[in-house]
Amino acid sequence: MQHVSLIERLLRGVALILVVVFFMFPIVWIVLMSFQTNETILRVPPSFIFEPTISNYKALITGKLETSAASLEINFLRNLGNSVLLSVGSVALALLLGVPAAYAFARHKFKGSEDIAFTLLSFRFAPPLLVLLPLSLYFQKIGLADTYIGLIWVYQLICLPLILWIVRGYFEDISPDIENAYRIAGHSWFSTFRKIALPLAGPGIAAAGLLAFIFAWNNFIFALVLASADKQPVTVGALAFVTASGIQYGQIAAAIVLSIAPTLALALYAQRYLVEGLSLGAVKG
Amino acid sequence: MSDIKMSIESVDKFYGPINDSVAAVSNLSMQVQTGEIVALLGSSGCGKTSTLRMIAGFEEITRGNISIGGQLINRLPPVKRGVAMAFEGYALYPPLSVRDNIAFALKSTKLSQSEITSKVNAIADMLEISDILDSHPSSISGGQQQRVSLGRALIRDAELHLLDEPMGQLEPQLRALLRGRIKHYIKSNGLTAILVTHDQAEANALADRIAVMEEGELQQFDTPDTIKERPANLFTGTFIGEPPMNVFDASVHRDGDVFVFTLGQKNSVNLTYTQDQLGPSIGSMLESRENITLGVRPYAVTRRAEGVPATVMVNQWLGDQSHIAADFADKSLVMVEHDRSPERSGEDISIHLDPMSLHFFDSETGDALSHGGVLVS
Repeated sequence: MQHVSLIERLLRGVALILVVVFFMFPIVWIVLMSFQTNETILRVPPSFIFEPTISNYKALITGKLETSAASLEINFLRNLGNSVLLSVGSVALALLLGVPAAYAFARHKFKGSEDIAFTLLSFRFAPPLLVLLPLSLYFQKIGLADTYIGLIWVYQLICLPLILWIVRGYFEDISPDIENAYRIAGHSWFSTFRKIALPLAGPGIAAAGLLAFIFAWNNFIFALVLASADKQPVTVGALAFVTASGIQYGQIAAAIVLSIAPTLALALYAQRYLVEGLSLGAVKG
Repeated sequence: MSDIKMSIESVDKFYGPINDSVAAVSNLSMQVQTGEIVALLGSSGCGKTSTLRMIAGFEEITRGNISIGGQLINRLPPVKRGVAMAFEGYALYPPLSVRDNIAFALKSTKLSQSEITSKVNAIADMLEISDILDSHPSSISGGQQQRVSLGRALIRDAELHLLDEPMGQLEPQLRALLRGRIKHYIKSNGLTAILVTHDQAEANALADRIAVMEEGELQQFDTPDTIKERPANLFTGTFIGEPPMNVFDASVHRDGDVFVFTLGQKNSVNLTYTQDQLGPSIGSMLESRENITLGVRPYAVTRRAEGVPATVMVNQWLGDQSHIAADFADKSLVMVEHDRSPERSGEDISIHLDPMSLHFFDSETGDALSHGGVLVS
């Protein structure tokens, strides 16, 4: 075993602590903020000592935002529901379309297949606003503006390329002969895809789906432009806390805590998957 | 036993545009009889694996026809061709145990579970993998994976068994043992098999007939003995046989009753043979030629006091035979002797090339002209 001196261990520990503090501080601070009132948040200098209150969470859940001036209706839980619906819906659709497409791009090279795959990836390069302005006009014409279906469709710009490219790498990693061996033993093309290719690419598909989910969840601009209040996800809904009588920091913090909770939980749960899956895809893909 | 199981007619394979790219296989025609073991033998990239994959249906046939059991299979998907295959890369299914990997080929048949189990056990015994039946592919060695893959192919009751480099990863002793067992298994079950290999010992041991391929073209398709004794051209002659055949370009002229072959330029060597020594038909063949390519197998080179001189370069004792490389007519001539020879580097020896063991090839085309005094018809 390599000998590590005390100083080296100490320095390593300090470095680790610095990194953790650097990345975790904003989250911890927001969690702390979510248990404070606007007054304690805004005092100078800020302090870690305060009397915790759950009024922020209560306001979010009951939908009544009490400000110093008036009582405001907010629809945070509806926003949260929209976020779940939009993210789950768009990832599901992207998986449904993207996984077979990824398989096709990985296995059946044809003239122009690289170009098509790259075109799909290039959707990620385009500035979203450039796409959104003409799109919102078209959507209004064909009646897709301010609908869940329309939003899920536009969300494919985020999810589909991601899933397509990550999963494609996984399919390419599977030796075609494993599938050939199964096919030659008397199984159809489709059952080979379902019984061999899909399970073997499973971790990759899960990792890609998870990433796509996080990207979809965090999206702001699409829903801001294309959706009205009752279809907006949390990212856009948080704007409601900027009220005429001031910014409701406490509620914003509570809203952030509630909205990052699902992705954080998911990411923590699937961390191993994500790292293993993505690094494998990156090295071999 | 004489009906045709598989036939390939004028098959071409191009990866990329037809005629614009190099042919992986060109104008290949061959037929495999029922119950026969045929080896496709050649160096890497000679088109043997492409041929196998076209038969299996994993590669499209660019031109030509392949039929199995009289049925044209060009457009049939692999599943309908009735072939079993052992893949060079093993292609085992990682989540399944070795037992299930072998058995899944039988799942689509109507065999009962107990029949499947006994078949798997029998094939595992034959391939010496009984002790790893419950392991997973990731935890066993390459050689073991290769045997599992072989077992998965052999267990099936298919029209045709395709084996791609089936024993490349095995240790020499095991390879020798399994060669015998596999051949016995294939023969006693009346299977027809095509194996791809670059190992001529494997081809010789297993195959009834060997198809030698080079650069996508079939060079010769015949029994191992015929290929060794009567190679169709210079390529087959030098490719088959270990150590390889000695080959010399020679000029030939007739001087009265004898033919004089002049080998080499700087330190040229003259070999003289009478018409009687060479055989009657050879003389007339030689008369019309000025240049010829002469081949002799290392085993056929002998030493004799009145022979032609050569200088020993290397003398290697391999434990059961000596390989002596000698400087002869500007080139190196290899001879094999079964006793341990005392010669050291730099020593002069005199060698004799028996006219009945000479192979003559056309110096332009490389086609064989005669073998040991018999003209190629």
